[in-house]
Amino acid sequence: MKWYNQLVRCLMFAATCALAVQATANEVLTFDSDELRDRYTELTFQLRCPKCQNQNVADSNAPISEDIRLKTYEMLHQGYTDQEIIDFMIDRYTEFVTYKPQMSLVTIWLWVLPITCLVIGMLILFRLTKRNKQNENPALTEEESARLKALLEEKS
Amino acid sequence: MKFKPLLILPLFVVTVMFAVFGYALVTGVDPKAVPSALTGKSLPDFKLSDLVDNKQFLTRSDIIGEPMLVNIWATWCTSCKYEHPVLNSLAASGVKIIGINYKDDRELAMNWLRDYADPYDVNIFDPNGELGFDLGVTGAPETFFVDSNGQVQHRYQGPITDKIWENQLKAIFDEMV
Repeated sequence: MKWYNQLVRCLMFAATCALAVQATANEVLTFDSDELRDRYTELTFQLRCPKCQNQNVADSNAPISEDIRLKTYEMLHQGYTDQEIIDFMIDRYTEFVTYKPQMSLVTIWLWVLPITCLVIGMLILFRLTKRNKQNENPALTEEESARLKALLEEKS
Repeated sequence: MKFKPLLILPLFVVTVMFAVFGYALVTGVDPKAVPSALTGKSLPDFKLSDLVDNKQFLTRSDIIGEPMLVNIWATWCTSCKYEHPVLNSLAASGVKIIGINYKDDRELAMNWLRDYADPYDVNIFDPNGELGFDLGVTGAPETFFVDSNGQVQHRYQGPITDKIWENQLKAIFDEMV
């Protein structure tokens, strides 16, 4: 009976392996060029899964992420540019679908605000240092320095 | 000491931030809520087969004309089963519902409709989720409110319940009629 058990075990192991291979083989993609592969990687990292909590499309197993990955793959091979693919996704899944905000009247503040803050901060710093300089004691008059000299000499 | 307006600037900034975050906290902004890209836009074009008759093709112009609900459903979707009786009673009360059978098996879907009754005017068979993708569907069930001109007025994600319909969705539908 022992050989029988072992045989069953072996078969089960083989079946599990086959299943595992099949499961991963589901999404082995072949690319026409390395450039396309790099762009695919970049895009799927930048696109955000609409169904998940803060996960990118490359990282997510959600069916919708699979769809987005596949669509990205297809569109890359059809010659669409990265921006066209992103716009295509945004048309369907809104700005939510990309981690990198698109430049628009609403989002322009993301770029403008830090620079504005920096400029304002520098202006404030400039003014404060200038004011401090003005507050400094004015230089001694000739009379005063003569007196100071006298006092110092007197001591020594 | 002289009053320096600059000194209260940090306090001002912090107060504004508290107000913004406090507002989000109190009103309960849902981080899971994904806006629909389709709201206010026209229902996209499609050409897919009828669920019941695989030789019969349906297009956008075949289904629009009246205010209706477009419901994405599938037999693998458990909340769809939960939603189904609500759709049945809505259909009985005269609401036109178009079904999109999403990433499903034709036979399983037809069995489902036979077993649990069929609230749909017609069912579009979308096995690869193409139309779902154009609609910006992230899962099932999902329901679009489409007016008589084929404009999407509202999108609801998740199963519709009697309560949600009465409190929230009925008003949206009645506005389209």
